[in-house]
Amino acid sequence: MRVRPAAVLKYAFLVLAVVPMLFPFIWMVLTSLKPFGEVFSLDLLPSRPTLDNYVALFSRTMFPRWFFNSLLVGGLTVASVLFFDSLVGYTLAKLPFPGKNVVFVLILSTMFVPTEMLVLPWYQMSADYGWLDTYWGILFPGIMTAFGVFLMRQAFSTLPDELLDAGRIDGLSEFGLYWRIALPLVKPSLAALAILTFIGNWNAYLWPLIVAESRQMYTLPVGLSLFSGEVGAQWNMITAGSAVAVIPMMIVFAIFQRQIIEGVVRSGLK
Amino acid sequence: MVRLSTRKALSAYIFLALPLFFFLFFRIMPTLQAFQMSLHEWHVQPELRTFLGLENYERMLSDQRLHQAVKNTFLYALLGVPAQLALGLAFALLLHSVRRGRGFFRAVFFAPYVAPAVAVSWVWSLLLSPHLGLVNQVLYFLGFDPQPFLNSPSQALPTVTAVVVWQFLGFHILLFLAGLESIPRMYYEAAQIDGAGPWQTFRHITLPLLNPTIVVSLIMATAAPSIGFLQLFTHVVNLKFNDPGGPLGSTLTVVLYVYQRAFQAYDMGYAAAITVVLFVALLVISVVQMRLVSREVEY
Repeated sequence: MRVRPAAVLKYAFLVLAVVPMLFPFIWMVLTSLKPFGEVFSLDLLPSRPTLDNYVALFSRTMFPRWFFNSLLVGGLTVASVLFFDSLVGYTLAKLPFPGKNVVFVLILSTMFVPTEMLVLPWYQMSADYGWLDTYWGILFPGIMTAFGVFLMRQAFSTLPDELLDAGRIDGLSEFGLYWRIALPLVKPSLAALAILTFIGNWNAYLWPLIVAESRQMYTLPVGLSLFSGEVGAQWNMITAGSAVAVIPMMIVFAIFQRQIIEGVVRSGLK
Repeated sequence: MVRLSTRKALSAYIFLALPLFFFLFFRIMPTLQAFQMSLHEWHVQPELRTFLGLENYERMLSDQRLHQAVKNTFLYALLGVPAQLALGLAFALLLHSVRRGRGFFRAVFFAPYVAPAVAVSWVWSLLLSPHLGLVNQVLYFLGFDPQPFLNSPSQALPTVTAVVVWQFLGFHILLFLAGLESIPRMYYEAAQIDGAGPWQTFRHITLPLLNPTIVVSLIMATAAPSIGFLQLFTHVVNLKFNDPGGPLGSTLTVVLYVYQRAFQAYDMGYAAAITVVLFVALLVISVVQMRLVSREVEY
């Protein structure tokens, strides 16, 4: 096989560009395996790799709780988003009803309001109703998303109406048509929506920072942020904490790469 | 027996009842409340909130710190958005032109996008640490002077910008790659037959046909939540956690300032007024970008 010099140059350049993309993560993991005495040494590799930092993180700090909080909030949000966004998407795509345009525009208009504008009234609302420092308080703004509604509406609109009519003749209820016929046919879109929602939730910072007041209620990013501020020079602990937040997302990414990439591309091209 | 159209419409209303309540109560109403809050001096107890009219808006005109935040925010966008788009397009073109390993490189570039911004910012803040950080050690090794990066009022903002560009580069590469893949091959073949060089092909085929993607990428990098430069918050806070917005306010953004006014000074009415202006600014900027950059593509 003939090797073209242009191609070699391209790959050399790509490999060179990959280094700064990956290196921070590799450095993070390596530093998290160092004992405190070694974190400022010039050697990249720990002379004596140890999991002590992780053990300390999970036994002496609130990281396990924050991890659990993020999982719980993420899981509940994903479940809610999948159900409601797909139901609304289905209704907008497949059921004719008076006022559809109004509903469509109403939901669409909410996409343009920036979060930082909404957090002030959300905070006031949460204070009034006693939602501050509760799981409901953390997750209520995200239980449905306009983005997901439109993603699902697009997915359902490709299904032929004859399929639903056949179900009607077989005596399925309208909900049954959505649940038993339409929903199983849009599984790829549901998967993309689920993963993107979970990532967004796992990484969310501004609202959880505002609404979670006690340490017990922090999500992982909020906890990591304040914990890192407190331990200061203990880079081993900061990198271990960061790794605890990053690695689950990298695993999710490795497994669901195709769905994530398709979801992002579709959301961008919408 | 109900008519089919009635049955469909009835079901639609039942399905939409709860979601409509959600969007009205948690999205539309808070949007209107933000306007309302901006006209008041806020207090925890509703009875003690006083009506100010447009006073909060007038206050913005003479608030030096806000002016700094606005200036910085535009500076972030002016530096970051072109860098984000140029690098995103360049790497997408490069990836598009190689045959093997495209998926691998795409995944590597995209990986930072899925990582929490908080963790990414902390790791970079350590890497960029003035004395012991690895970046300075590399510079030293290459024969350069160590740089203060986040500790210098003149370098901090470009440094934050670079970290954000780094994190979301893969997102833009992905958009551009999808755009490139959607351009039919026959245009390139036709150009080749006509004897067009690589630059002419790029200038007259790739760029015009990529226009819709460029518009999306531009608006996303400028104004989208969590990845748009005009809404920077998480990175700024966590890269300089002990002095958010510093040194000397050089990294302060509008959203960070809103957060500080609202949740550290409990100056909610004023903070709400700033968000109203930001909301309008984001809308206007997005529309202007769309108008200016969008081209009708005719084949």
